Amino acid sequence: MKMRKVGQFVLRTFLIAAVTIFFVYPFWWMVVNSLNTSAQVFGKPTLLPVSWRWENYKEIFQIQPFGRHLFNSILVALIGTAGNVLISAFSGYAFARIRFPGREVLFILLLTALMMPIEVIIIPLFFQMRDWGFNDSLKPLMLIPIFGAQGAFSAFMFRQFFITIPKELEEAARLDGLGTFGIFRRIMLPIAGPVISATAILAFLAAWNTYLEPLVFTSSIGNFTLPLSLNNFNDVYGQPQWNLQMAATTISILPIMLVYLFFQEKVTDAMVNSGLKG
Amino acid sequence: MKKREHITRQRRLEALTGYAFVTPQLIGFILLVLIPLINVFIYSFHNKNMLYGTNLYVGLSNYEKLFTGDKLFWKTLGNTFRFSILLVPLNLVLSFLLALYLGERLFGSRYIRTVIFLPVVTSGVAWAIVWKYLLQSGTAGPINYFLSKVGITGPNWLTDKNWAMISVVINRVLKNLGTNVLIFLGAVMNMPQDVIEAARLDGANEWAVIRRIKLPLLMPTVLMVTIVTMIGSMRVFDTIRLMTDGGPEGSTMVLVYYIYHQAFKMFNTGYASAIAVILFIIVLLLTILQWTLRKKVSHYEDA
Repeated sequence: MKMRKVGQFVLRTFLIAAVTIFFVYPFWWMVVNSLNTSAQVFGKPTLLPVSWRWENYKEIFQIQPFGRHLFNSILVALIGTAGNVLISAFSGYAFARIRFPGREVLFILLLTALMMPIEVIIIPLFFQMRDWGFNDSLKPLMLIPIFGAQGAFSAFMFRQFFITIPKELEEAARLDGLGTFGIFRRIMLPIAGPVISATAILAFLAAWNTYLEPLVFTSSIGNFTLPLSLNNFNDVYGQPQWNLQMAATTISILPIMLVYLFFQEKVTDAMVNSGLKG
Repeated sequence: MKKREHITRQRRLEALTGYAFVTPQLIGFILLVLIPLINVFIYSFHNKNMLYGTNLYVGLSNYEKLFTGDKLFWKTLGNTFRFSILLVPLNLVLSFLLALYLGERLFGSRYIRTVIFLPVVTSGVAWAIVWKYLLQSGTAGPINYFLSKVGITGPNWLTDKNWAMISVVINRVLKNLGTNVLIFLGAVMNMPQDVIEAARLDGANEWAVIRRIKLPLLMPTVLMVTIVTMIGSMRVFDTIRLMTDGGPEGSTMVLVYYIYHQAFKMFNTGYASAIAVILFIIVLLLTILQWTLRKKVSHYEDA
């Protein structure tokens, strides 16, 4: 029995240590080196910054338009998320509750977007955006999270939710004189809070973290978003400025981390759901 | 008669409202998913070059070249499956064991649950950049530095063609492990506890309980997670681009990266579209497998 206790203790300690090394240390290393000089980044790792060089966080805004990139990322993620949730709430409700010819066929058609990797259609999208004059702007980065796979997924989530709402609720509202739009706005949207937050979290994360789309659709530095910006910290000789890169990366992760730590259950539930269904 | 007319009018109004509600989404879907999908097939039959603006119908010759004349394509296809075959089992075994451990609600469970999810919400770009530096060769990177302290000479993780793929796999496993752990954990929590208790009372050891009872109970979830993880593994792009750039010697060149390379570096958009079609077919087959399995699984759960 005693042996078993000791074994459990060893296993537990080992696990916690391993998890800390693989999942916490990378972030710790990043923050520490965001406060070092470029020369201090490699070689003997330290637990705390050597020089506490806070100027790094000022310099990232000077060496390239990092403030602009931050703003672009926020703009794209906010508009992408708002559009995604709004448009899929409407369609999800209609697919669940409003009777119209062709409903099932159209819904199944929409679901094909769920499985469509953006990498498959990125080439035609590039030419299409070019024809619309949208290349090298933020427009493709806003439109794709709204209407691409992420949009279809949100519509799917809303439909699954509205299907479970008892019909009596709508019938009562209709007797009170509400039309379909009134029912949707005053009855259905207010009770859909959990789905709204889940779809919003997923859409925001997707838009914030996306890399291939800005890489393909934007070319001038003023239109970069954070993921592109992070890999663009070089000095005048083209040498990467590791410390600045770490500072910028820290800033790009920070808002997401805070949201995650404050609303952990909500975020993990949303991600797990999308993992199961997507 | 009047009442009937009233009902049909109401029906028509309802249908119109329905169309109004779904139209924005459907228009976006048609323009941004459906038409591009049709176009990628059309492009794949053309000798389309972005730089010269050529666009010539060439029938199947892109596919012919792909399968008979392009060694790099076969290498890329092989790398993609190699990546998947390394990543999926590692991810599954680790997340399964971690979920079983977390299911016991021992000390530290809450901490482990919280931190394994940190990379999931982090961008693949940030996670790849940091790991690229952690894995620097010599003793410059912290990982090799620590290894050298215990007398191990770490490999050139990213520049040795035998190790680059493994480095990318490690990065991706750590990045996405959290999701699968929590999916498994959900299934673990839903297991009928009385069966497990009964087996323990009968004197079954922990390993037997896992192998004979927990694993079979969790099998539907394991299958689903396997396929979903496999589909996800077909799409690794940011990690490859930032950590290895497809190298060294093409050892980490995978399908999605080859599409990007051919289309946006070599400007062979027609040829790249043919590769995209191949990717589409692979993902489609996996998705069909997933949907059939899901039907079977939910049937099994209903019964």
